[in-house]
Amino acid sequence: MTAMATRERASTDDAPIIEARAVSKIYDGGTEALNDITLDFPRGKMTTLLGPSGCGKTTLLKIIAGLIPATSGEVRVSGRPVTGPGPDRAFVFQDFALMPWASVLRNVAFGLELRGVDQAQREAVARRYIGEVGLAGFEDRHPHELSGGMRQRVGLARALAVDADVLLMDEPFSSVDEQTRRKFQEDMLRLLSVEKKTVVFVTHSIEEAVYLSDRIVLLSRRPSRVSEIIEPDIQRGDDPDAIRRHPAYLDTVESIWQGLKRYLD
Amino acid sequence: MKMWGYRVPMMASLVVWIALWEIVGQAGAALVLPPFSSVLVRVAEIVPTPSFLTALAITGQAYVLGTVISIVVGVPLGVLMGRSVVADRLLLPWVNIFLSAPLSALVPVIMVLFGFGNTTIVLTVILFAVWIIMLDARAGVRGISRSLVEMARSYGATPWQAFSKIYLWAALPEILAGIRLGCIRAVKGVIIGQLLVSIVGFGRLFEIYSSNFLMEHFWALVLTLFAFAFVIAEGLGYLERRVEYYAASRN
Repeated sequence: MTAMATRERASTDDAPIIEARAVSKIYDGGTEALNDITLDFPRGKMTTLLGPSGCGKTTLLKIIAGLIPATSGEVRVSGRPVTGPGPDRAFVFQDFALMPWASVLRNVAFGLELRGVDQAQREAVARRYIGEVGLAGFEDRHPHELSGGMRQRVGLARALAVDADVLLMDEPFSSVDEQTRRKFQEDMLRLLSVEKKTVVFVTHSIEEAVYLSDRIVLLSRRPSRVSEIIEPDIQRGDDPDAIRRHPAYLDTVESIWQGLKRYLD
Repeated sequence: MKMWGYRVPMMASLVVWIALWEIVGQAGAALVLPPFSSVLVRVAEIVPTPSFLTALAITGQAYVLGTVISIVVGVPLGVLMGRSVVADRLLLPWVNIFLSAPLSALVPVIMVLFGFGNTTIVLTVILFAVWIIMLDARAGVRGISRSLVEMARSYGATPWQAFSKIYLWAALPEILAGIRLGCIRAVKGVIIGQLLVSIVGFGRLFEIYSSNFLMEHFWALVLTLFAFAFVIAEGLGYLERRVEYYAASRN
């Protein structure tokens, strides 16, 4: 009995945490955003959805999040079909989606507040993650007092605080200026190597995708299909700064660019 | 504004008009217009009288009750309209009709249904105040950024949590603007209601003063009521400005 349970757990550990099966999405106006997407997301890896703008990558992310329903097909997270948002997934928004009337501390603790965790406990958790994203000392500030990069750090801390298995990030750095973005990317790699999350990351930046991800899913133009899956062969973990000079990094960026070029007019 | 190198305060033009009023009054040019100074004296005289204080208490009670009901009913209905297409389709035509309708014409109908008492006055206040509160709450909720709504959903907010922790706060600048306009309209409502019923509160005083041609008393009462309405509007305006900082930074 115990042996069987262990074996079952071992098999689910190898299984992909997110499975998308023949997912299609047609919006009410008749726009076909996704066409028959079948895709696995391995546990503990960072997978990037990359594609030309308006190709439906955010649509796929929101279907995984349970924020919008698929027209046909199915998404399973840890084997359970997605019917709506759930505590196993946390979302990081492109425009941060912070509550401007609440302090950094309350914003970060908000996911736990909704779950009814008592105040002392949720604030302790929030303080820990505020520290981890490098915002210690800013607990009582309000979002309008922070820069774009700092606001997104709040968004990331909020997602980490609910301790979900899966982080869904929708172009989190697109509203952040270039220098801030690089620093943030490095910090995030360090943080995620400790936190061991499965991350699905949407971006339109090839460099960002190659720099951050274990796996890059290239989507074609609308209606999107999976056009290619790339696993950059880059040693990570030692020095985030060195990645950008790594020959494999530069080669991967170049080959993706060659692949994407044909989708441009 | 600057005049001959001096900064002229905002309310300075009032002095000019008050001086004009005083001159016309002193000259005795118009029978219905006593001098401003004697009206002021009369204000000081009638405000402490029991009949004024009773009228004030009755009016204040009806006003507060009417506006509180308008806010408690209007804000959630407006939020509901902003979030639900069905509720919006059902309610919006009525809100728009009542917003532009000559509401004073309806007061006699309320009077027939609910008699000459306080109920009628309170209902008149609600009739004047509630529509703009609903409409502004609706506009505020429709203006909430989509990602904030999605944030609430993705972190597992129940409908009640989404309403009380997100929608209400995100729409607060518009809701407060609606409440301020509603409170100003409610002043009209309470006075018009009392004038038409004319046996309670200030309506009774107006009736007594004008029928006995006590013009100084009449103007003193008008002046006091204007001052009240102004103080209420300014107080709410102050509250509104305090939340303005995040109205701009919401998106």
